Amino acid sequence: MNYHWNWRVFWEPAPNGTGTYLDMLLSGLVLTIETAICAWVIALIFGAVIGVLRTLPSRTGSWIGFAYVEFFRNMPLLVQLFLWFFVLPEILPHAWGLWLKQIPNAPFYTAAIGIGLFMSARVAEQTRAGINSLPRGQKLAATALGLTTAQTYRYVLLPMTFRIMLPPLTSEFLSTIKNTSVAITIGLVELTAEARAMQEFSFQVFEAFTAATVLYLLVNIVVVIAMRFVERGLAIPGYITGK
Amino acid sequence: MFASFDFDVIRRSLGYLFFDGMTFTLTLTSLATLGGIVFGTLIALMRLSGYWLLGRIAGLYVDLMRSLPLVLVIFWFYFLVPYIGQWLTGSSRPVRVGAFASSLVTFTLFEAAYFSEIMRAGIQSISKGQPAAAQALGLTYSQTMRYVVLPQAFRNMLPVLLTQTIVLFQDTSLVYVLSIPDFLGAASKVAQRDGRLVEMYLFAAVVYFAISCVASFGVRRLQARIAFVH
Amino acid sequence: MKRLRMMGLVLAAGFGAAQANAEELTGTLKKVKETGVITIGYRDSSIPFSYLDDNQKPIGFAIDICLKIVDAVKKELKLDRLAVEFNPVTSSTRIPLLANGTIDMECGSTTNNPDRLKQVAFTNTHFLTATRFVSKKFSKLSSIEDLKGKSVASTSGTTNIRQLTEANAARNLGINIIPAKEHAESFLMVETDRAVAAVLDDILLASFAAGSKDPEAYVISTDAFSKPEPYGIMLRRDDPAFKKVADDATAALYRSPEGQTLYDKWFMQKIPPKGLNLNVPIGAELKKAFAKPSDSPDPDSYKTM
Repeated sequence: MNYHWNWRVFWEPAPNGTGTYLDMLLSGLVLTIETAICAWVIALIFGAVIGVLRTLPSRTGSWIGFAYVEFFRNMPLLVQLFLWFFVLPEILPHAWGLWLKQIPNAPFYTAAIGIGLFMSARVAEQTRAGINSLPRGQKLAATALGLTTAQTYRYVLLPMTFRIMLPPLTSEFLSTIKNTSVAITIGLVELTAEARAMQEFSFQVFEAFTAATVLYLLVNIVVVIAMRFVERGLAIPGYITGK
Repeated sequence: MFASFDFDVIRRSLGYLFFDGMTFTLTLTSLATLGGIVFGTLIALMRLSGYWLLGRIAGLYVDLMRSLPLVLVIFWFYFLVPYIGQWLTGSSRPVRVGAFASSLVTFTLFEAAYFSEIMRAGIQSISKGQPAAAQALGLTYSQTMRYVVLPQAFRNMLPVLLTQTIVLFQDTSLVYVLSIPDFLGAASKVAQRDGRLVEMYLFAAVVYFAISCVASFGVRRLQARIAFVH
Repeated sequence: MKRLRMMGLVLAAGFGAAQANAEELTGTLKKVKETGVITIGYRDSSIPFSYLDDNQKPIGFAIDICLKIVDAVKKELKLDRLAVEFNPVTSSTRIPLLANGTIDMECGSTTNNPDRLKQVAFTNTHFLTATRFVSKKFSKLSSIEDLKGKSVASTSGTTNIRQLTEANAARNLGINIIPAKEHAESFLMVETDRAVAAVLDDILLASFAAGSKDPEAYVISTDAFSKPEPYGIMLRRDDPAFKKVADDATAALYRSPEGQTLYDKWFMQKIPPKGLNLNVPIGAELKKAFAKPSDSPDPDSYKTM
């Protein structure tokens, strides 16, 4: 095997002057986390709205929700990012398109919005499943008490739905973190991209990717543990979601 | 707004896009699905086998594959597979592995983790009476699995397995990061060569959307039919 | 099917490696003799060195040179037939793919420098080029200092992006560097106004500008990031037998009049797919490098006195 191992490469200076290769990887990690959180916030907001829309009695709302989910689920994330990054600026009026292209952190915003909307479709499905899994009695009792639809959702349905959804939401958040790596194709220099850059500058392929792998695993473990604390904190005693 | 676009470029490159690109994508999807389900079932059986060590190894494998982004796994395997080949065959130099073989290995092993979770849920959903009755009839473990449990598990989980296949189909677009010529890669090559980004990417989006939509619709119909039988 | 057969052949070669071979071949020559196949790594868009024509077949100046090396290998190993396979590479995958055996030689626009010589080997130089940047005329960018605070594209895995990164850090330019996967993509960034400039080898920039929709809109800077550096065909390291065959073949080619004809074919005449004529006469340094073939990574050794 003619591959030369060099585990000390992490402490060698990186050519972009920011420090060592390890610093390069860590800055990529920071960007991964930032993008994931922004995308997740967008996903939660849009996903919750669309999920609720799908469970409303109104047929138009239901249909809009259905179309939204189908649109974002049936295209690969990569294609969606390309549409936002490459196609959108070209089909807008020239001045707007130019402005979009010249924004300093264009890949970051595009990735956050693109990944956010992609994940929002999945969050919408989870929300819908969560609301539908509640006993029918809840909604009926709320109507009997004289609550409007909005109040029913706000005070009765959504709090329980949210707690039921926490485990699937955790795995969706982990998915969001993994999906940030797809943004390497539109120039976002997140963790995977930094590992690649490190490989290209230092020729140490396996060291670079091992480091990236370890960092992703660490992020996973941290998120899973954190979510367990959140679940325990929000649990309602006596329900299956609270132990 | 659309006047300055040249949609003819799509017509001119249709042959390349579909004969080279789409065949790559579809072949990769189908073979990786088959391999993934086979390997995934094996891993699920390992986890449910009752032997602690087998269960742990399988569990670690699944956790590892599910924690890593597919892009990173694609990079890993593209550079690593020839060395694995060298180690497996005991040859004196890394085995030459082309882009397709490397992608196939990557997707089979990656998706096997997801398929194994599906199959595990399927196997666990079979009532305990079934393997008990099989044991009463004198069937061995492997006979029980092969003739009683797995066929039922597979049929129960078929809609979910097919949905995961659609996800696989969409995931194959990620081989773009290595400039491997799947459907999106082919569209992208034409786009960059002729400077027609908008036309080609819109076309690729429409094609992926159409295929996934039709497939999802088919899966939903199938789900309805299976539910009726039960 | 072909791939299955390939795997079968390699497996057989692996198991049959114990069989004694009277000629005691090593490295790539041994691999080629046992498998009957040699694999050339080609580029998508390094015009005119290695790129895809309209039928998606790899052609170019470097490809032709490599085919000459293949002829020499065939003669050296006394083979009746030698299959040539082509495998696409990018700037960032070329070195790992050479190391892991996917390709046997990389024929494109790869710069020969001391850093890379720690990982790979190069044959005799086939071109000399410096790193410059291309921009649209209306941007009015003439020197590297003008790039301060702007978005600049370059291709990942190249010496160009490395030089840009280092210059950015050393001169504190605050440039936003956009890494692209392939050369065509880097140029596309400038074409679509996503970046104000693309930093690549000047010959590649000239090809892209000339082949673009509006060649007159672009200008290549006179300011350079580096001295003219040599291109070489990349080979695996620690493989002296194969390198000797490649060196002999390339030296013979460059010294003969065929070398000049080959140069003219790609740089002074119309080239596929669009019939572009780059019109780059052979420079004094390259003429000297052809008369006295050298695989030196040192740009100063190519200066004509």
